[in-house]
Amino acid sequence: MTETNRKQKLKSALLAAFPNTLPVLAGFLFLGMAYGVLMQTKGYGPLWSVLMSMVAFCGSMQYVAITLLTVAFNPIQAFLLSIMVNARHLFYGLSMLEKYKGLGKVRFFLIYTLCDETFSISSSVEPPENIDRKYFYLAISFLDYFYWVFGTLMGGLLGGLISFSTKGLDFVLTALFIVLFLEQMKKKENRMSGLIGIVATAAALFLFGAENLVIPAMLIILLILLAGRKKLCT
Amino acid sequence: MHLTAVQTVIMILAIALGTMITRFTPFLLFPERKEPPKIILYLGRVLPPAMMGLLVVYCLKAVSIVEAPHGLPELIAIAVIVVLHKWKDNVLLSIGGGTLVYMVLVQAVFV
Repeated sequence: MTETNRKQKLKSALLAAFPNTLPVLAGFLFLGMAYGVLMQTKGYGPLWSVLMSMVAFCGSMQYVAITLLTVAFNPIQAFLLSIMVNARHLFYGLSMLEKYKGLGKVRFFLIYTLCDETFSISSSVEPPENIDRKYFYLAISFLDYFYWVFGTLMGGLLGGLISFSTKGLDFVLTALFIVLFLEQMKKKENRMSGLIGIVATAAALFLFGAENLVIPAMLIILLILLAGRKKLCT
Repeated sequence: MHLTAVQTVIMILAIALGTMITRFTPFLLFPERKEPPKIILYLGRVLPPAMMGLLVVYCLKAVSIVEAPHGLPELIAIAVIVVLHKWKDNVLLSIGGGTLVYMVLVQAVFV
């Protein structure tokens, strides 16, 4: 493949992927900025918040980590907590094994940046027919990653300068998950699994509370899906 | 800044390492040159809708039904999203419309 050909393919993939990432653009700029501002208030300037966003790239865990950066130095605790908070990624990987197959070098970046939002989009949206599959997934992953890092930078630099009321804007990511859930529900064979996800997580929330729901929810989902394999395998 | 620069870098690396273990493990366990076991392929197919359900509930976990406004802004916004989506079937319109309704509700109605 020639260089111009590759650039052309990448460009059309970016254009095709961009509309899919618009909700993430809004959500990540907002939450990334909020993160940069919060880090700033704890004495960690844009250099540190951006470094964290670029290297760790794990939204909710980064918020948890703000507290860890203001208490006694304990990297082992941070490491273990990070595994627990991010355990849901294990299931994203299992879901993307087939889609991320045969993508060469970009695969490393795709896995490195496989966050909730990128997983939601890339597992729900099929690449358009005339678009290179590899570049389509790369574009979605790159755009989401860029929004988060850029938002963090803006938050770190501008601090509390933003004056218009953004209260409630973070709901855009909830809305993204709801709509992608509805998209998945269009397929009949997905409905039982989607219902299991809702009910199992609600049960885990009820039984284990808001702070510790993810791992129990994952286990309940896994058990039901495995037990119902024969029925769901249609 | 509470920690030293070196300590902060170590913290960032520790958090990144924990995160990356959760992201890379499935791909390391089931490398692409080998066909994964059938059970894994099955899970890969049925997990996405279930995980999307998990994410929806996860996002709403902090909403209190007992305290005012009793989860009403969320409930109304979700209803708007579902109706908009059934009606127009446009992903961005449903997300944008639902978010806008939610922002108006928490900023102007349920204050």
